[in-house]
Amino acid sequence: MSAAVLVAVLAAGGVYLLLQKGLVRAALGFILIGHAANVIILAAGGQEQREPAYVGENLPAGGLADPLLQAFALTAIVITFALTVYLFAMAGHGGDEDGQPSDAEPSDADEDHGTVIDEPPADSGDTDPIGTTSTGSRPTGRTEGREHA
Amino acid sequence: MNQDVLSGLLPAFLWLPILAAAAALLVRRAPGTQRFLALAVHALALAGALMSITSVSDGSVVAEQVSDWAPGISIPFVLDTFAGLMVSVAALMVLVCTLFAVFTGDDADPYFHPLVLVLSAGVYGAFLTGDLFNLFVMIEVALIPSYVLLTRSGRAAAMTAGRIYFSVNLLVSAVLLAGVGLVYGTAGTVNLAELAGEATESTAVALAAGVVLLALGAKAALVPVHTWLPRSYPFASVAVTALLSGLLTKIGVYGVFRVYGLVYDGTGLDTVWLVVLVATMLIGVFGALGESGMRSILSFHMTSQVGYIMLPLAFFGPLGMAAGIFYMIHHIIVKAALFLACGAVEHHAGTGRLAQLGGYARREPWLGLVFILAALSLVGVPPLSGFVAKMSLIHASMETGLYIAAAAAVVVSLFTLLSMLKIWNGAFWGADPEPRDTRVLHAASAPVPDATDPGAGRLRHKFRPAPSTLDRVPPRLILPGALLVACTVSIGLGAEVLMDLAVTAAEGLNDTTTYTEAVMQ
Repeated sequence: MSAAVLVAVLAAGGVYLLLQKGLVRAALGFILIGHAANVIILAAGGQEQREPAYVGENLPAGGLADPLLQAFALTAIVITFALTVYLFAMAGHGGDEDGQPSDAEPSDADEDHGTVIDEPPADSGDTDPIGTTSTGSRPTGRTEGREHA
Repeated sequence: MNQDVLSGLLPAFLWLPILAAAAALLVRRAPGTQRFLALAVHALALAGALMSITSVSDGSVVAEQVSDWAPGISIPFVLDTFAGLMVSVAALMVLVCTLFAVFTGDDADPYFHPLVLVLSAGVYGAFLTGDLFNLFVMIEVALIPSYVLLTRSGRAAAMTAGRIYFSVNLLVSAVLLAGVGLVYGTAGTVNLAELAGEATESTAVALAAGVVLLALGAKAALVPVHTWLPRSYPFASVAVTALLSGLLTKIGVYGVFRVYGLVYDGTGLDTVWLVVLVATMLIGVFGALGESGMRSILSFHMTSQVGYIMLPLAFFGPLGMAAGIFYMIHHIIVKAALFLACGAVEHHAGTGRLAQLGGYARREPWLGLVFILAALSLVGVPPLSGFVAKMSLIHASMETGLYIAAAAAVVVSLFTLLSMLKIWNGAFWGADPEPRDTRVLHAASAPVPDATDPGAGRLRHKFRPAPSTLDRVPPRLILPGALLVACTVSIGLGAEVLMDLAVTAAEGLNDTTTYTEAVMQ
């Protein structure tokens, strides 16, 4: 029962955060939802069984926690963790452009960006503020959002 | 091939591309070596897949208990006819799309080949795994490179699309994970062979597996959870769009076929499938008609086609499933051919917007031929593979008395034709477009590092005079699409070979005893 309540609270909090504006909050929401999924997995093994598996001698016959589920949860945590970091990175990159209509034509919106930002590197000075490159044509995409903002 | 040898080789579909990805990262400063390594591994995977399909074409099932753990404890790899077919067509897709990327220069990004290699490993693993949790892991292995491939260019629109794609898939993955947990909690196992038929016996398992089906359905972009797809796929580079369309949504479809076939024995949700899938077919095709870019039309259209592929779920049975499997193979090939043909135009013209295109059929008759053959195959005109696929699908639904499904399949075909004509009229037919700007951005000839940034019309770095009508589309851009069109023509003319395989695969889905025996022996 306590696990069910915990999952409900985590999932509700996660969904609430997901519905907020801004990718950082969504990322936090995903963390909560990931936890909810992990609690479901751990609870699937039965909550009465809490003894650590395979530890010590004279193992009790019953009550050992299911190690398979712990392995599942561990795998899931690693994946969720990696993805959350990536999500934060995406939130940090060009986060100011959240206001762009997501249903813009594939070419239109960013063609503008493209032409505005990437003037031919003909003119002498390397104006790249981040100083990512001296060749002038490395994928400068990463800095584009910031530059533009 | 000896079955023991074959079963030992199954995990190689996973570890070989991943090792190759690591090696490709090490040699990232040597593009030639990296390119050769990637193409060699993709070709090897295709050869291995074709070899393995010949040894399970009789409906036998090969299972590898990884690390020799006892059956039921190990996390098995299982190869049956269905999985073999899927791995083969996936390997073909990976090879052709990588070739296209090489020809367009999209692979100049030193991370392109490693990412595609990892993606292919995840896809093969998802098709071959016999374990529900491992399916989740493999889907993640395939998805994570796709997030990066989509957003790698860092363009604002690609980032916006990437955020949608990423968020939706992350949420769906969490649901899938929770579903797997619930299945374990109710059935006590996540081994697909042990789960066979469980849902028919226990409502709790049926509900838990339903959560899994929901998540897999969302990954396959079924209505009403389809909206993420047309908002994200067109924003990747052409090769990546074709790759994602051929592989990632199809993992969802494959997973649904597998889980519904094994765990539910293919019964219990007939009405739900009928409603969802007919809605998917209709909404997908109307959505496609409303788009104005070539790849947007094709992407929205995928939703509609996924409806076709999965329609047999509404009446299951060997005949229907054979039609579904045949349809899926046909669809993967033809859709990629369309993406690559339109991609060639896009790379040449610098835009994918129909309003700014025209006259390609006259100037590039071969490219026009590739497109029109693929489009007609998608619509279902004989003698192309689409005709056989649609014919068998409609035939199967008539057999089971599901006339609504048959009628929907026919009606949607008309609108499919209409949406293909929209691209044809816009890009291939008619007069040359008015030059909108003499300084059109030119994709195919962008300096090498720029090619991380894929889509034509969005290339940022170098201005170049607009391609005059004398500029030809280089044949190397037409070749990959032509290769796939050759596949659809030969599948259409020699449909029996693939249809026999599809029937065997469908029998394996329908009667799961061979599968369970092979895994649990």
